[in-house]
This record gives sequence, C-alpha cells and structure tokens, in this order.
Amino acid sequence: MLSLVVFLPLAAALGLVVLPRGGGTAASWVWLIVSAVDLVLIGWLWFDYEDPGRGALAHEEQAPWIPGVDSSYHIGLDGLSLPLVAMTAVIFLVCAIYSLRGVDRPRSHAALFLFLQTVSLGLFVSADLILFFVFFDLSIVGMYFVIAGWGHGQAARSALKFFLYTFLGSLALLAGFIGLYVAADPHTFDMLELTEQTPLAGSSVGGGLVLACILVGLAIKTPTVPFHTWLPAAHTDAPAVGSAVLAAVLLKMGTYGFVRIAMPMLPEAWRAWAWVLIVIGVVSVLYGALVALAQTDLKRMIAYTSVNHMGYVVLALGAAGLVAGDTTQARGIAVTGAVTQMVSHGLVTGALFLLAGVFHDRADTCDMDSYGGLAAPAPRLTVLFAVAAFASLGLPALSGFIAEFQIFTGSIAVAPVTALALLGIIITAALFLRALQRVFTGGTRGHSTAFADLRPEEVWAVAPLMVLSLLIGVLPGPLLAVIEPAADVVVSLVGR
Amino acid sequence: MASAMTGMNPLLLVPEMLLFAGGLVALLGGSFLPRTRQWVTRVVALIVLAGAAATAVVIGTKGAQWAFDGTFAIDSATTVTRVVVALATLLVVGIAADEVADSPRESETYALLLFSATGACLLGGATDLMVLVVGFLLASIPIYGLIGMAGGARSAEAAMKAYLMGALFGILLLLGVTMLYGLSGTTGYIDLAQRLAAVSAGAMVAGVVAVAAGLLFEAGGVPGHFWIPDAVEGTSATAATFLTTVPKVGALVALYRLLEALPPDRAWALLVAVLAVTGMTVGNLAAFWQDDPRRLLGWSTVSQVGYLLVAVVVVRGSDLALPALLVYLAGYAVTNVAAFAVTAALPERRDLTSYRGLSSSHPWLAGALVVALLGLVGTPPTAVFVGKLTVASAAWDGGHAWLVIVLLVNTVLSLFYYLRWLAPAFRPSAGGAADPGPWSARTAVVSAVLTVALGVGGGVLWQLVDGPMLPM
Repeated sequence: MLSLVVFLPLAAALGLVVLPRGGGTAASWVWLIVSAVDLVLIGWLWFDYEDPGRGALAHEEQAPWIPGVDSSYHIGLDGLSLPLVAMTAVIFLVCAIYSLRGVDRPRSHAALFLFLQTVSLGLFVSADLILFFVFFDLSIVGMYFVIAGWGHGQAARSALKFFLYTFLGSLALLAGFIGLYVAADPHTFDMLELTEQTPLAGSSVGGGLVLACILVGLAIKTPTVPFHTWLPAAHTDAPAVGSAVLAAVLLKMGTYGFVRIAMPMLPEAWRAWAWVLIVIGVVSVLYGALVALAQTDLKRMIAYTSVNHMGYVVLALGAAGLVAGDTTQARGIAVTGAVTQMVSHGLVTGALFLLAGVFHDRADTCDMDSYGGLAAPAPRLTVLFAVAAFASLGLPALSGFIAEFQIFTGSIAVAPVTALALLGIIITAALFLRALQRVFTGGTRGHSTAFADLRPEEVWAVAPLMVLSLLIGVLPGPLLAVIEPAADVVVSLVGR
Repeated sequence: MASAMTGMNPLLLVPEMLLFAGGLVALLGGSFLPRTRQWVTRVVALIVLAGAAATAVVIGTKGAQWAFDGTFAIDSATTVTRVVVALATLLVVGIAADEVADSPRESETYALLLFSATGACLLGGATDLMVLVVGFLLASIPIYGLIGMAGGARSAEAAMKAYLMGALFGILLLLGVTMLYGLSGTTGYIDLAQRLAAVSAGAMVAGVVAVAAGLLFEAGGVPGHFWIPDAVEGTSATAATFLTTVPKVGALVALYRLLEALPPDRAWALLVAVLAVTGMTVGNLAAFWQDDPRRLLGWSTVSQVGYLLVAVVVVRGSDLALPALLVYLAGYAVTNVAAFAVTAALPERRDLTSYRGLSSSHPWLAGALVVALLGLVGTPPTAVFVGKLTVASAAWDGGHAWLVIVLLVNTVLSLFYYLRWLAPAFRPSAGGAADPGPWSARTAVVSAVLTVALGVGGGVLWQLVDGPMLPM
C-alpha cells in the first residue's frame, strides 16, 4: 500500500514517456488525476494510522535489496514522516492544478514532476540509509532538469550551481552514512537497527566526524547559513512550480534528515554539538531575515525568508540536544514545533512562490519597485498574497504561529539565549508588511496597470494551501496528535 | 587442495576456447565471404559471445576449482570476468554493426574483438605469471590493430602511440615476471607467497611494480594511461568503446589476484592507494575542459580506474573488497558502453556544443545519455552507484577512510564535466540533425536500461558475484 503511494506517480511518469504522443492537455490532466489519487491514498493511510511507538513503523514494508551490505528496501511511516508525506502530496497536487494554465512541453514537464513526487515521498518514508540517499540524490537530479529545462534568466548556470552544490552535500552525507555502516556491528544500513545500536557511542572523535559529514550534507540541502548561497540563484531562475517544490518539499529533506538520522543515531555527538547547531540556527534566522529585508526582487526575498524559517527548525532541534535537568517536556515541544514548522513552511512558502510565479508570468519581472497599487486591478491576488504573507510572518490563527510558538516555548525554556532569534520574527513581519505596501498599496503604476488578476487555476492552486494553513492554525490538534509522540521518541533517543 | 589442483580439465576453459575459435572463424570466414555478406561473421561473433557467457555461467555454478594444474582459477572472479567481458563485447558488436557493416574490414574487426576478449578472460583467471603474460599479449595486441583500422592520420598516430606504450609496458611486465621467477623459482601464485616471503624486499618490490605497471597499461590507469585519450579520440567508436571497457575488466581482476598472492604487507596497499588517488584526480582534472565527447570519456575512464583501484587497495583489508570490485566492474562496463554508444550513434557530433537540442530531436538517446553520464558519476540508482558505494564501504571497512573522502571529492569534480555535456543536450536545438545510427542507438538504450536494472537489482548482482575466491 505504502509502496503504491510512493511509486504510483513514477509509474504514471513512465507511462507518459513511453506511451504514444497525446495532447499536452491530456498529460497535464494525467498528472492532476494521479496526484489527486495519491493524496486520497495518503488520506486513507492517515485515517488508518496508529502511532507505532519507539523502534517501529506503521505501514512497514521490507524486502532485501543489497544483502551484501545489509541494505534493504525498507519503508514505513511514523509521526515525523506522515505529516511531511501528506504535505508533499498536497504541494504536488496544487502544482498540477497550477500547471493547468499551460506550460512549455507539458508531457515531459508532467513526467518530471511525477518523478519528483515519487522521489520526495520515497525519501520521507525510507527506513534505510541507502534508500534515503537514493531518493535524496534523485531529487537533485530531478530539480536540476526542472530548473535547466523550464527556468528563465540564467537558468543553466543556476541549475549547474544548484547541482554541484547540493551534490557535494549529498556526497558528504554518503560519507557519513558509510561511517555509520562501518561503525555498526553487525554492519547495516537499516535505520531502525542503527537507531537502536547508536554505533558511534563512546567515540567522540569518530562520532563528531560522522556527524559533521551528515550535518554538512543536510545543512546544504536545508539550507542554513553559511551553506545557503545556492538557494537564491536557484529560486530566482526556477519556474514557479519548481520553486514551490524546491522550497516546500526539497528543503525539508535536510531538516527531516536531522530528526530522522542525525539525532537518533548519533545522540552523543548531537548533544556535544548542540550549541553549534543553536548558533547556526540563530544566525540563519537573523541573517536570513536581514538579507530578505534588503531584497528588491520578490522571489529572492521569499527565498531568503526560507533561510530564516528553516533556521527556526535548526534552532529547535539544536535546543533539543541540550539534555540537562528537567527539560524533557520543553525539548519535546521544541521538536514538535520544528516538525510543525516543516509542514507549515511547506504550505506557506509553496503558496508564496506560486504567487510570485504569477508576477513573473504577467510582467516578466519580480522586481517589487516596478509594481505599485496592485490591489485595485488584482484583488484576488492581493488577498491570497496577504494571507500567505501573514502566515509566513507567524500571525496567530495561521500555521506558522503554532510552529514558531512551540519552537520558542521549547527552546527558550531550555536555553534562554535563543530568545535572540525572536528578533527574526519582527524583521520578517517588517519585510512582509513592507513588501505588501510597496506592491499592493498606493496608486496603480508601472507593471500594475493592466495586470490580469488570478485565473481560476491559480486560485485553486493557492487557496487550498491557505485553507490548510488556517486549519492548522485554528485546529492544530489532529496534526499535533500525530507529531507529538514521535517528537517525544526523538527526545528520548537523543537523551540516551 | 593439492589433489584438486592437478589435472588439465580443459573443459573448464570452454568460454575462452569458444571466443578464440570464434575469432578464427570470423577471420577465415571473412576472407571467403563477399563484401556484402560479411554480416555472417557478425552473427558468428554474436553467437560465440552469447555462448561464452552462457558456458561461463554453467561452469561457474559448479563451484570454485582449478584448471591446468593450478595455473588458472575458476571462481566467482573468473566467472564474472568472463560474463562481463562477453556481454560487453556483445554490446560493442552492436555498435560495430553501424560502423563497420559492409566495410572492407568488417570480419577482421570482429576477429580482433574476439581475440582481445579471450585475452581479457585469461587475464581474469590467471593464477600463474606465464598465463598472465599470455593473457596480456592476447588482450593488447589485437587492440593496436583495432585502433589502426579506423584509417586516417589520427588513427595511425593513435595506433602507433598505443603500440609503443604497449610495447614498453609489455616489456616491463615481462621484466617483472622474470624477476619474480628469478627470486622465487616459481611462476604459480600458490607458491609465490611463501617463497617471496623469504627473499629480499627491494628486488621483490621492483618485480611486482613492473608487473603491476603492465597491468595498469592494460587497464588504462595511471601511470600507463597516456595512450587512452588519443586512442579514444582517433579511432572508431567500436574500438574506443572496446578498449576502454573490456581489457580493464581482465586487468583489474588480474591485479587483484596478484596482490592477493603476495606476502601480506601494508606497503602494497599504500602503493595502490597512491595510484588510485593519482588516477582519479588526473583523469578528472584532465577531463574538465575537453570539448570532444569521446576524449572526455577517455579521460573519464582513467579516473574510473582510479575508483576501481580503491577496491584493490583493501585486497586484504575487507571482505567487501572483491565483490565490490566485481560489482563496480560490471556496472562500469555497461555504463561506459552506453555513453560511447551515444557518441557512436551520432558520429558527426564531435563537439559538446553540437549536442544541443538532442532532447527534442532524439529523446531516447538523450535519456540514454543522461543515464550513462549520471551513471558514470555514480548517481543512484544506477549500477556504478552500487559499485562506488560498496567500494567506498570496503575502503572504510579496511581502514582507509581517507580514501573514501578522496573518492567522494573526486566524484563531485567529475560531475562538472559530465554536466558540461548534458546541459547542451537539454537546450533548444540550433538546427536539424542527421538520423542516428540505428544499431548504436539501440545499444545505447539497452545499455542504459541495463545500467539502471543492475543498480536497482544490486542485490541480485551482489549475490552472483559474492562467491568464494580460490585461496592463494
């Protein structure tokens, strides 16, 4: 069942490639229908989900793959992966809706995104390091072709930069994985076994080096300062749906790796390096916000807010490594907040990038100063953009608030100095309000004149994301009920 | 053990005999066939190659045993060598079908391919220095002819260069064999280890280094690599594909066996490690700004030998070393053939920029190119990824974690030049393009599919190669 969810999009992609050429519209609809079916299946998995507890997975499937190195096709769900799997399916579905308005070479476009969907879902359900790595690497390959094939501006250059940079990270990650494998006794790549074994416990140098490899690999993908330099270029030149997938799904692969691999498998090293992570988190939060504030290009601005938002996640996960005294509950809240933030950021930033794509589509520029008073000609765009901006800056009743509230509650309780990062929220608020003001208010001028408002496909793509964000903001219970037990498991594993 | 070693058991060498006899039939038959009927010899070659692979599997399933009084080992390494050599040569014949069909040298091409493949198989199974020499000569001499047969000044120059380098390294090999024989009084690997343990280290090291140099020429690795880029650029696609794929398989397995037979000593590991690092780095850096796709692939194979040598470094250090080497060799062979087959299908495109628009004009070829080049990088889930992963695991397991870092850094370096080739293929076309060679295009797609299949089916592949190796 879970394999079906993962590989259904890939099968559809192969079908699109192999079958005789049909119309482009047909390909777009195939994509839409397959993503919708996949989402329904995931809805069923969620409905059927029961918390598996420590050291187990729901909907688990396992088959031997490379027995020589004890690597298997091992997948399953828990409270960390299920929300991200659902978020991934939602993002790909809305991208399919958004693409109904027409894209260049729709067949290969649809096939590529279906491929990316399989890869992303596969990564979040992997319970084997090599399987995880396979999907991690393929996500880079898929996104490279998205940027190079459908991007604009210096697309080829940005795509190359993206590929080289994140591929370097993936190989650092692989080195770390091999380190875990060699240190484990018996040698294995299975995540559950490695989590039980904590192979490098007692070896501070070895554990530190392996953690460093894994951290670098994941930090590049996340991205945190100082490994974020590929991100603005990739986002600026990627097509709107590509940016949405990159920001909403691919960035989560990094932080997901922290909670899934680094924290439970290398608890000792994680605790030892927790302060470094907190510092990286705080710096990413503040630096990302400040640089975003200085941007004049809408897409670049959103890209830098991603650095800021992912910084919150790193901060919370770092704080979860400060094991001391009676802070278990606080650290659990921080980890829950971090996972909630991954989901929330996926929904909100996906929406923001899709809306930025509309600007690019209509006037071929995302330069904020060439717009003004857009609220009059484009009220639907204005409403949705404003909601997305408020969600992103963490307004209560939207998902970002729930996430950031928990992150700060947990982190500040453990390490009061993390309150520094609260400044990031203020700066983010300022920059989004300023952007709203520059683009939407005042007299209509520049590219805003004769700007066509959102088309139905665009509304139907963005609105669901905002509804979900609102739903999580108002009724966080069901989501948190899934995440909390898993977060507590992670905290107990780190505390070993 | 000793009793099992005696006896000739000639039936165990049926695959080699088939290949050699097939070569003779192609050579003689070709001279009786009219120009337009030379395809008959192609069919003979294909049948013989398929037969050699099949008989190798049948013989391999009967377990490890000795042939010809302990001078030739039939074990998993030999079986994998035979199968990979035969199937890779089969794919090369697929490329040749476009290039040499109805040419004046068609049957000779197949004959030379078959002879050289025989030599590669002998190299892979040799457990005696004299058999090693025979394998070396049989594998390398036909290649000089293959390179030269393309015709033209460049091919003549390439053939001359390959021949001179081959002669030099062949003499080195013979010198090394002579020294080792002089020191130990034996050429058989089984006695070599014991007897060499008692002799002076300096002379032994010199002998081993000379033999290893000869094998590295055959593999196209540093320091015996200088002829590779020129040969690959100057000759036909058929010869280029063959010489960068098939002899490597035999030569690297031979090197592995030789080092396994030597007295255990970490110095060997260090020597091979240095060669591996140099090979990876030199190959990758030299490939950076190549504009001819084949020359680029030529340098890329030099770096691939470096990666492969990482497995040879831990010959005594890790149980994973041999299966990792064999998996990598099998994966590399199909992936490299796929990449060359794309260039063979589009022979007029001898510049990376001329690949512009390939994705829209020939999507299947572009797909094969993506799989082949990303496969050579080692992107999952292709076969070379499984190879690189297991080779790296073996190296770390054997106490050479630093080699893993070097290997991974080199992998990132290599990505750059492979992408230099891929990027234009996915940009809009500049103009019309000629039709690709049908057989080469099919070979490219089939090899690309095999690359992915071997990667996804990595476990099956692993079980096939993970048999016992005969003790030395």
